[in-house]
Amino acid sequence: MIKLFSLKQQKKDGESSPRSGNQKKASAAQLRITKDINELNLPKTCNTEFPDPDDLLTFKLIICPDEGFYKLGRFVFSFKVGPNYPHEPPKVKCETQVYHPNIDLQGNVCLNILREDWKPVLTINSVVYGLQYLFLEPNPEDPLNKEAAEVLASNRRVFETNVQKAMRGGYVGGTYFERCLK
Amino acid sequence: MAECHEADQKRWNNLRKVLERAGPFCHPEFEHDSDLLTFILTSCPILIIGAGGLGCELLKDLVLMGFQQIHIIDMDTIDLSNLNRQFLFRRKDIGCSKAEVAAAFINKRVTNCQIIPHFCKIQDKDESFYREFCMIVCGLDSIVARRWINGMLVSLLEYEDGVLKTTSIIPLVDGGTEGFKGNARVILPGMSACVECTLDLYPPQITYPLCTIANTPRLPEHCIEYAKVMLWPKENPFNVPLDGDDPQHTGWIYEKSLERALEFNIPGVTYRLVQGVIKNIIPAVASTNAVIAGICATEVFKIATNCYVPLKNYLVFNDVDGIYTYTYEAEKKENCLVCSQIPQTLTIPDPTKMKLKEIIALFTESSQYQMKSPGLTTMIDGKSKTLYMSAIKSIEERTRKNLNKTLVELDLRDGCEILVADATSPNTMVVRLNYLSADVEMK
Repeated sequence: MIKLFSLKQQKKDGESSPRSGNQKKASAAQLRITKDINELNLPKTCNTEFPDPDDLLTFKLIICPDEGFYKLGRFVFSFKVGPNYPHEPPKVKCETQVYHPNIDLQGNVCLNILREDWKPVLTINSVVYGLQYLFLEPNPEDPLNKEAAEVLASNRRVFETNVQKAMRGGYVGGTYFERCLK
Repeated sequence: MAECHEADQKRWNNLRKVLERAGPFCHPEFEHDSDLLTFILTSCPILIIGAGGLGCELLKDLVLMGFQQIHIIDMDTIDLSNLNRQFLFRRKDIGCSKAEVAAAFINKRVTNCQIIPHFCKIQDKDESFYREFCMIVCGLDSIVARRWINGMLVSLLEYEDGVLKTTSIIPLVDGGTEGFKGNARVILPGMSACVECTLDLYPPQITYPLCTIANTPRLPEHCIEYAKVMLWPKENPFNVPLDGDDPQHTGWIYEKSLERALEFNIPGVTYRLVQGVIKNIIPAVASTNAVIAGICATEVFKIATNCYVPLKNYLVFNDVDGIYTYTYEAEKKENCLVCSQIPQTLTIPDPTKMKLKEIIALFTESSQYQMKSPGLTTMIDGKSKTLYMSAIKSIEERTRKNLNKTLVELDLRDGCEILVADATSPNTMVVRLNYLSADVEMK
């Protein structure tokens, strides 16, 4: 137990000098992201870019798949880690226009661990692997780009041609995709 | 004058009965003392965070219990819908600061008290402000704000050779209500479970899979989330982020949600539901607030005077059906990101000579740490700074030059904290630098 009354007397008597300067303590998010970034173990198809090395909360992830439908493509994701990390997932957007059943044309990504299945034990590394997996195994069951999902479900050949067309830069259906081959 | 004195004597008679004599239910270490009354009347400043439903009750309770020096902080203004339960406010006060109106009301109504209002966010105040209080009581509706004040109080703790200095502890009494349910808890930062230790007790925010929202909505909530998550950023109707308090914004979301619901034949989208989904509104019940505030105020009194054993340490209350309370002891989490981060002290003989690479060598080579490849960051003037990190090539390249700089050249001051992350430990370690030659002139 603590005796507040006598404590306050003690405090007055031996007034400890306040620490020098305005030293804000690092937040829980900062503590955790330092660890996450220091231990990032990227597959060889992935790379990161930190526009400001002092800001570990804002960065880009570049995925260049070496197999599957999206081989030879180059896809950029932006990561924003909020003050509530790791209790809230990082905000991830796809900056490259991509013809993909689980990524829409505004860059929203449908990946369970980025929303409903996020848990604080997951790390930035988990998200990187999750995103990489989306390119290896696009999932027509959970569509965000419905047209792409329908094509993938009905005819993989046509889907493959469409992906190639989009990555080389061109129209698929009524939508124009920027070239994103590396 | 004599009359006044007599009245004053009488006024606290009930408190005297508790504080100036022993009793069978007292704290085993309670020492009855007439100075205790003077202490709570004159030199026990309390901060109330939040001047809403709980805050009004807390302020009234504490001031009538003898705490005459109270500060109250709230960033909100009074709304018509507050008046049914936030009884310090009147219709004429709508639009004014909650903290200011509450303080003025009590100062006018109760003699001899000095309530000082702060019309701002808790984040606008720094540690020198919070350090002045004997205790802090929260009546908040936000988890973010609770975590912030919790983090602040933990950061005020001081350690001597790894042992917590009890003089640096500011107890936190936290109340919360949601409809007919409520809870009250006592937190002794550094000693008992903190807000962060028990964060998973809060219900998770309900989220729906993005693809369901986008393609296969089934619930009215899916339609509202669609308007909020997908349509708002895309159409950006007012060129500002969505604000749940702006009726124009809520109206827009309502309209778009209805369209969506019509398209998929989903019933149940109402304006009220839209408000609920985008603002997470929970109806407030005046009696629950009164009960929880009463419990919190009692705890404040017990801790301040040591007259009874305080709540240990988490009480839940529910009067949906009859009345139910249950108290249990929430446990401190061993690897809590906030309160288990006892900073290790690293003594530096001469910061003008010590280079960053020597510190890193210390972490990797000394038998105490044996790290593999530590990454080091710090906070300078409230901004984060990466000192060195070898894991990421682009960061390594741009921080490599720091290795040969001395601590002074890196702007690291005496007493500052560096964060050290390494694969060999589950948590980031906090290391406080202690300079032997403390009078080093900073450039």
